Amino acid sequence: MDAILLQILNGLDKGGAYALIALGLTLVFGTLGVVNFAHGALFMLGAFCAVTFNKLLNLESVVIDPSQTTAWGTPLEVRTPYIEALLGDFGAYLHDYSVPFSILLAIPVMLIIGIVMERGLIRHFYKRPHADQILVTFGLAIVIQEIIKHFFGANPIPQPAPMAFGGTAYVGEIFGMGQTLAYPWWRIIYFLFSLGVIGAVFAFLQFTTYGMVVRAGMRDRETVGLLGIDIERRFTVVFGLASVVAGVAGVMYTPILPPDYHMGMEFLVLSFVVVVVGGMGSLGGAVAAGFLLGILQSFASMNEVKAIIPGIDQIIIYLVAVVILLTLPRGLMGRKGVMED
Amino acid sequence: MFKGLSRNDWIMLAGFTAFVLLMPIILQPIGAAYPALMQKFCIFGIFAIGFNILFGLTGYLSFGHAAFLGVGSYAAVWSFKLFTMNIIPAIFMSVFFAAIFAVVIGYVSLRRSGIYFSILTLAFAQMCYNLAYSVLTPLTNGETGLQLTLRDPRWIDAMFHEPGAGLPRATLFGLETSGGGLGGFYLCAVALIICFYISMRIFRSPFGMMLRAIKSNQNRMRYTGFDTRPYLLAAFVISGVYAGLAGSLMVATDPLAGAERMQWTASGEVVLMTILGGVGTLIGPVVGAAVIKYFENIFSSFGPDTLHGVFSFLPDTIENALVSFLSLFVGEGWNLTLGVIFVLLVVFMPGGIIEGLRRLWVIFTRRRGGGDAVPAAPHPQPAE
Repeated sequence: MDAILLQILNGLDKGGAYALIALGLTLVFGTLGVVNFAHGALFMLGAFCAVTFNKLLNLESVVIDPSQTTAWGTPLEVRTPYIEALLGDFGAYLHDYSVPFSILLAIPVMLIIGIVMERGLIRHFYKRPHADQILVTFGLAIVIQEIIKHFFGANPIPQPAPMAFGGTAYVGEIFGMGQTLAYPWWRIIYFLFSLGVIGAVFAFLQFTTYGMVVRAGMRDRETVGLLGIDIERRFTVVFGLASVVAGVAGVMYTPILPPDYHMGMEFLVLSFVVVVVGGMGSLGGAVAAGFLLGILQSFASMNEVKAIIPGIDQIIIYLVAVVILLTLPRGLMGRKGVMED
Repeated sequence: MFKGLSRNDWIMLAGFTAFVLLMPIILQPIGAAYPALMQKFCIFGIFAIGFNILFGLTGYLSFGHAAFLGVGSYAAVWSFKLFTMNIIPAIFMSVFFAAIFAVVIGYVSLRRSGIYFSILTLAFAQMCYNLAYSVLTPLTNGETGLQLTLRDPRWIDAMFHEPGAGLPRATLFGLETSGGGLGGFYLCAVALIICFYISMRIFRSPFGMMLRAIKSNQNRMRYTGFDTRPYLLAAFVISGVYAGLAGSLMVATDPLAGAERMQWTASGEVVLMTILGGVGTLIGPVVGAAVIKYFENIFSSFGPDTLHGVFSFLPDTIENALVSFLSLFVGEGWNLTLGVIFVLLVVFMPGGIIEGLRRLWVIFTRRRGGGDAVPAAPHPQPAE
């Protein structure tokens, strides 16, 4: 029982990341009709927003203090981060919470990147065949990831979670099972965070007038256009929104997985599978399939399962995708008439 | 066998053959005339020709072709390890296993089209890649890659002569193909010419016409009573076999195989080669493969020092700025250049190099003799 619960928990945070990326992919696909292979790169850019923010906070002044010496007898170098010198305790606090605070940096940055991407490149590809869209965004993804590699190097850069959430949570106690079920706090936070973001996106689409127009545009953009609404502009904003969602998903994922330049590609391939399993163009399907595949993947990596079918943990997601695509042509919750061929 | 090709086709084939065989002389001025690089031109040319038979003719964009290349490589190394260092059995084994994989993957993937087909092939390729790294390590030797060792049985070779000291080299009945000599190059060159000829026959055959019809309107084909799936599967398997052959030639010239050959970036590379040259054209994929491999070779050998050397005539500040900007694109940054080319190409020249040359040709001839209008561009259409 414990083992099963633990695997479900394990799947939830990974599933959260899949769901967030898949949600953005589906939004872009549903509104603009564009298959965006560069979406994983946006996730990675978000993660590197956190890295940059942390680096900024870590800029320090080095003062040589002649009155103290190190163990080797050389004068001691006292390093104080500027931020602590400037803001005192609040600075230290900010430093500790650098990952969550970098969301504040990531949101405007990702919004701008998303809108520039859409206006500058993607908009020329609405009418082009899907193969062309795949190719151009694939090229763009390579460009983004190589630029990041140039500036940040090829090695993963670990990011610390805030001290308060660095430890483990005894989840078992909540269910009255004693201390047997321990789980890192930050992963639980990530799961709750992803739920929050997903909820916010759905609320935005469901309960605001803006979101209503966007949904109407997803159904029939021509009619919405005929009603005198500049639907293109709204779709641009939606692209920005999708890129923000991918970005913050990346920011919060950094303490779980140290970001490197190709993390986006790995997540992208899986997220595409998630989108296809959920059903092209279905937001709910993307979220459900994200969590489902995350949990399935963590079950497949249990030793008991691996003993029966070796290597299943490596291929389970792809296997599920193949089976679903062959049995349910529209995915789990695909809408009728969207990319049915 | 001499029917079915027009006079122009024969001229083109003859020209192509002459060019490929004379590459060691022709490529001398641009510094590409050493066997290791020319082998790459030929091997990736074969890979791209095969990919083009699927993507160029039917419009089905496969993102998993590198899997067949990897399977072919592993099969060839195993043939070297178990049977003989002669490359003929190795090539047959590669082609055989690549064909089996292609039949299975193709049979499943071709039930869907468009983006679903791309994702399915991608999923299969990733599965192969992940398995090669994890469970199949006894077969693939995991991260280290599969290599020849002194303890390999090599049963057929052992029957005829004593194993010599050191690792044996791959041979074609005595002609050494591995080790960077011209032997390896001519093996690949002959293979490329044969592959080019077969691809030309396919392009001009009723079968090729059928594939093009599938690309332009699959539904109409179905309404007229054709079952399109066997044709698609045949095209898929042929292109998989080409990839397997390319994999075995890689091994024949350098006997080792690693899983990174199956990664989906490798699949992306062959897509890029085909598009750069010209999708759906005969010669385009070879041109694309050669151009990419040539520039990869040049660009990745550049470093900041060479750049400083080139721009040393400029004032220091401008020189430093220019060098630090350009060093983004060379050396380790070659992939960035590749990505930029990719984007620019798809945006501005979807027809590739061949299409660009054709347009230039039309402009040129029209100015001379007032010819006809520009012929319509063969634009890659999605498979619907």
